[in-house]
Amino acid sequence: MNGVHDLGGMQGFGPVKPEPESEEPVFHAEWESRVYGITRLMGRLGLWNLDKSRYNREQLPPADYLSYTYYESWFAGLLKQLVNSGLISEEELQTGRASSPVPEGIMERVVNAEQVRAVPIMTTSYVRPTPAEPRFSPGDRVRALNRHPRGHTREPRYVRGHIGTVREHYGSQVYPDLSAEGVDEGHHLYSVGFDASELWGESADANSVVYVDLWEDYLEPAP
Amino acid sequence: MSHHDHHDHDHTEPPSDIELRVKALESLLVEKRLVDPEALDALIDLYEDKIGPSNGKHVVAHAWADEEFKRWLLDDPNAAIASMGYVGSQGEQVRVVENTDDVHNLVVCTLCSCYPWPLLGLPPVWYKSAPYRAQAVADPRGVMRQFGSEMPEEKEVRVWDSTSEMRYLVLPQRPAGTEGWSVEQLMELVTRNSMVGVEEARLPAAVGTA
Repeated sequence: MNGVHDLGGMQGFGPVKPEPESEEPVFHAEWESRVYGITRLMGRLGLWNLDKSRYNREQLPPADYLSYTYYESWFAGLLKQLVNSGLISEEELQTGRASSPVPEGIMERVVNAEQVRAVPIMTTSYVRPTPAEPRFSPGDRVRALNRHPRGHTREPRYVRGHIGTVREHYGSQVYPDLSAEGVDEGHHLYSVGFDASELWGESADANSVVYVDLWEDYLEPAP
Repeated sequence: MSHHDHHDHDHTEPPSDIELRVKALESLLVEKRLVDPEALDALIDLYEDKIGPSNGKHVVAHAWADEEFKRWLLDDPNAAIASMGYVGSQGEQVRVVENTDDVHNLVVCTLCSCYPWPLLGLPPVWYKSAPYRAQAVADPRGVMRQFGSEMPEEKEVRVWDSTSEMRYLVLPQRPAGTEGWSVEQLMELVTRNSMVGVEEARLPAAVGTA
């Protein structure tokens, strides 16, 4: 969707204002750490995936998306996810007391401390083999399609319609546009380099290239 | 450190609305046994205390000190990083991009906040903020200037927008005058920000061990 989350190249947000590296805490309040931890643990129950979580946050009302702090939007996305998946009910959210059963097959997946401490730490594989041959190879010129899907996509607006060069084929990986809808399918993924002048014209930063990871479905051959 | 140990807020202030709402949700999920409180504390401890930029600093310093490891890190980053044990969520597939005399690299996620957690920990607020995500792809030199770094026009600036599940780590240039330094000494020169690419590694004079 053409949402406000798709920020690349937008103007008017003011300076970056970094906190000094040595002084910045990992979390700025205790509740942030709880939101982070609960979100991670709930994600491991397998009722939704990373793309669905991202899509939920993208669908926040635009003014909320921009005014919420990072973990406020995680919290909003988490609540929506928990209710939609049936893990908690609206009533429970109102009363704060458990009154509905947990869907079947979930309790076995609840993460314990031992699993949290195991190495590697809660990894996920995004590789999905596909019988389809990759359509592009390193060095190929490609155009990012001018598409505006209403659902989730990882093709940022600022590359659409622009020509770049394939740098690397990353193999076949989960395709986010379908993954956010619950369909787990592998599509070929590429690293594509775009000259800054191609993307930004006369305003481009001199001598710079922007590399974007793009799935085959976002690309067509370019002359 | 468990969450009970935090005492950095003023106890005379009433808790904010979000604090109460998060607490209520946590209690509900614990009551439903969907959250194991011990697992939650363990997970937060991991990211507050153990998984942070020092992992990435270790990788970078090792690459600076050992040319063979550096080649491995650039050619097969996942295997090289796994050999040091820094594998975990949001670091399953890593590419290491090397700064040289001719090229400088900078990493962003314009669509959300993708970041190599096992190497750098959780991202700082500025990395997730609208100003950084908006500007980094269109004006990387302008962004770097806000971090006090000046990047000459002769140098090619490569911006990596993390739009997939690939994660990028910048290998900063090893500063001159550090010949013979140990990995531990070299780690002092690597900053988190230099591994995101908004600045370069610190100079030996800055740490006073030259």
